[in-house]
Amino acid sequence: MENILEIKDLHVSFDTYGGEVQAVRGVNLELKKGETLAIVGESGSGKSVTSKTIMRLLPKPAARIKSGEIWFNGKDLTKLSEKEMQKIRGSEISMIFQDPMTSLNPTMSIGKQIMEGLRKHQKLGKQEALQRAIELLDLVGIPNPEARVKQYPHQFSGGMRQRVVIAIALACNPKVLIADEPTTALDVTIQAQILDLMKDLQNKMQTSIILITHDLGVVANMAQRVAVMYGGKIVETGTVDEIFYRPKHPYTWGLLSSMPRLHSKTDELLAIPGTPPDLSNPPKGCPFAPRCPHAMKVCVEYMPDYTTLSETQKTACWLLDERAPKVEPPEIIAVGGAGK
Amino acid sequence: MGRYIVQRIIYMIVTMFVIVALTFFSMKLLPGTPYKNQEKLSPEMIELLNHKYGLDKPLPVQFVKYVGDLLKGDLGVSFQFDGRPVTEIIGERLPVSADLGFEAMVIGLVFGLLLGIIAGLRRNTVWDYGSMIVAVIGVSVPSFVLAQLMQYYFAVKHHWLPVAYWEGPAYHILPDIALGFGPVATIARYMRTAMVDTLNQDYIEMARAKGLSRPAVTFKHAVRNSLIPIVTIVGPMAVNLMTGVLVIENIFAIPGIGDQFVTSVYTNDYPMIMGTTIMYSVAFIVVVFIVDLLYGVIDPRIRLAGGES
Amino acid sequence: MMAVSKKEITQDMFQPAVIDKSLQEQVSGPSIGFWSDGFRRLRKNKAAMVSAFIILLIVIMALVGPHMSKYGIDDQDLKRSNLPPRISALANIHWLPFDGKNEQGVDVYKERGIKQDLWFGADKLGRDLWTRVWKGTQISLFIAVVAAAADLIIGVAYGGISAYFGGQVDNIMQRILEVLNGIPNLVIIILLIIVMQPGIPAIILAIAMTGWIGMARIIRGEVLKLKNLEFVLAARTLGASDSRIISKHMVPNTMSMIIIHTMFSVPGAIFFEAFLSFIGLGLQPPKASLGVLINEGYKMLSLHPYQALFPGVIISLLLICFNIFGDGLRDAFDPKLRQ
Repeated sequence: MENILEIKDLHVSFDTYGGEVQAVRGVNLELKKGETLAIVGESGSGKSVTSKTIMRLLPKPAARIKSGEIWFNGKDLTKLSEKEMQKIRGSEISMIFQDPMTSLNPTMSIGKQIMEGLRKHQKLGKQEALQRAIELLDLVGIPNPEARVKQYPHQFSGGMRQRVVIAIALACNPKVLIADEPTTALDVTIQAQILDLMKDLQNKMQTSIILITHDLGVVANMAQRVAVMYGGKIVETGTVDEIFYRPKHPYTWGLLSSMPRLHSKTDELLAIPGTPPDLSNPPKGCPFAPRCPHAMKVCVEYMPDYTTLSETQKTACWLLDERAPKVEPPEIIAVGGAGK
Repeated sequence: MGRYIVQRIIYMIVTMFVIVALTFFSMKLLPGTPYKNQEKLSPEMIELLNHKYGLDKPLPVQFVKYVGDLLKGDLGVSFQFDGRPVTEIIGERLPVSADLGFEAMVIGLVFGLLLGIIAGLRRNTVWDYGSMIVAVIGVSVPSFVLAQLMQYYFAVKHHWLPVAYWEGPAYHILPDIALGFGPVATIARYMRTAMVDTLNQDYIEMARAKGLSRPAVTFKHAVRNSLIPIVTIVGPMAVNLMTGVLVIENIFAIPGIGDQFVTSVYTNDYPMIMGTTIMYSVAFIVVVFIVDLLYGVIDPRIRLAGGES
Repeated sequence: MMAVSKKEITQDMFQPAVIDKSLQEQVSGPSIGFWSDGFRRLRKNKAAMVSAFIILLIVIMALVGPHMSKYGIDDQDLKRSNLPPRISALANIHWLPFDGKNEQGVDVYKERGIKQDLWFGADKLGRDLWTRVWKGTQISLFIAVVAAAADLIIGVAYGGISAYFGGQVDNIMQRILEVLNGIPNLVIIILLIIVMQPGIPAIILAIAMTGWIGMARIIRGEVLKLKNLEFVLAARTLGASDSRIISKHMVPNTMSMIIIHTMFSVPGAIFFEAFLSFIGLGLQPPKASLGVLINEGYKMLSLHPYQALFPGVIISLLLICFNIFGDGLRDAFDPKLRQ
């Protein structure tokens, strides 16, 4: 399948009072047409920064793209001017934010907020845009859209607001949708509804989705492929099956073991000890080495290259080197296969 | 909403009553008599005058009479201006103060918002620092110091502008600026804080993610929402300016209500002091009330919350 | 399979690494307490530090200044009437007003045969303005500090009681506050001054009476917020007494707000004192405060502008510096701004 978005060796840094923080350190990713790619990792792993870099929404002048390319539709997004980028944002690539309580403008009716993008990108008149806004609200499952379109965000519940945010994001039929933790701020019961809605709309509109999350349950439910990020790098990528059933990276093992599940033999929930690396002073070796139960001397000194395990699975870990001792994944993964 | 308004009106009435009572009884505590040339008056004359103005009756009776008259819109007569009704004097002087105050307010709003928006948008640049230096000076330097400085430099020393009085447009320039500088600074500071706060909100990023142009994000989303807190400070500020700022009218010899008030205080002109105080308080309370209602119109969140409370 | 310099990677590097487990739990960067963090940020704020220095300088001058001149605050001598300022060392710098010449460019010192320099000149009664300006600064500062302290005590007590006990107490106290807040400050102040006769006590009382409401509101808001935070609830569950909760939890957590607000009420009080004195409701001559001096100077503005200049400059400097320093304190210590 053809790639709709390709990220090549992306480096992003923030300049802070404490010095340079290397939030993203050489990320390679591709997104295929119509697929959902999940980027998972804990806070500070660089997943949100990667997504904001695609949208070019990084705070200026604190953040800068140090190097790398983001290819979309034959254009390198990192080279576009702000004006050119504005044409792409919201029409070809759009974004769903984490917290629907704060991502809508409280003083503007939701109809107007949906219409803004339509009027800008599709040059619709006021009446047409309003009509389209009502259709969109209907599409995302908001009852009585003709009346709701005039209302303000505070008159909607959290779940309903997230539906509005989705309507705004999908207003112009974008080719790529970036969903940054779209359900984290919602009640569990609402989460499933929103995920179903997204899946449903993806089928209707053939949108490719980049799903940023730390919730592996969401990944299992939504994604076809997964990229695991740690310390500003992608440590393992693969299909959902590969990541859940044949993971090779100890960090992925850790993530999977720390995930609660219903039918597991053990009751314990395994945490990964330690804290993520300080990216203002990034480690020269594998960023996970200090927390890795299988760390070797080489891990501390050198960053491993990717080992291609299948057409779709790549893992950066020294354990896959022929000289490394054989290490079995924790029992919990070997036995159960996580999540599904 | 209706219940909220009724509740607010009740508060306003209670507040007004407290103010009227407070003013009335403090006037009675004043030493001396309120009459012109009091040194020359014999005790008999004073008694006669007291009888004439009803000042010989017991205090509660006087108070009830005053409140009764007040409700009819009668503020009594000035002792100093040969028995002219207080309402007439206020009616004559208030328009001058309102004119001056309005012009200063316009200056304050235009330049204050402009400086605040620029500073908020270009945070930590020369623009920001420049605007905030102007704002700190404006907030800090008392208007009477600034007014004197300007009067001396532009009028006394260089004769570019008239020294005082309130006649042609040229006479307005110095007082307007002297009075407007404070509001410029206050509004600029509030607006900057509000802008910085708003620009950090998620919905601004969301608006950018929609592909809106920078001016559209700035004006439709950021500035509009930043104006909400400004409304609360602008209301009372406008009343303060329009009901006469004592020192500016004093310095530039402008025949406004503030200038009148100072004179009344010196001369123990009770009805005048009370009338001016009550008029000022009514204006203040009513404007604060209107601002609160207006707040609801601008910020849809309050509209509902106000209705529920 | 390996791209990186393979030769450097030897078999023995595939031995388990010894990793200091204690490092794992170490939080990067030393943890910084609220106060030391605040002071560190305050020290970095150059404008605030310069302002603090200028305030300190003015305070010192207000204390020692009046003793530096041999003339007392009310020593009159018509020979020195309206004598322009002169500082011999600075007399040749033409843009400074210290050459001892009046507006017409006449050297008044030579004309009247006065040897002694009067650094800030003299007023129409020949009183030394140096002494009067610093004495006035002293009185203005005194009034401001006492008024701000009164503000603080009344405001903290009222707001704290109202919020801490809550319920009906809070309800009644807030209704009273609402009515009081409806009365314009200027009305209260002027009525009070008229009734009490102008003077230092009347001014302090007037400023304090109007200033505490803002403080009470801030404290009430903070305490209400704190009251429901987990650590206070936890302390209460563990059986801590009211006084312990107030002293150990409420006070330290509201302290920064109190300090910041006080830092802004001092310049507010300085301004109000000057304003009252300027319209003639403040201190009465021969007592001097900055407001009185500006008022007296204003009467001579067209002929002897220097008389209003010095008190005007000092009050402006004081207010500017207090405001900048207050801003700096707020930026450094407001927990809401801490990131």
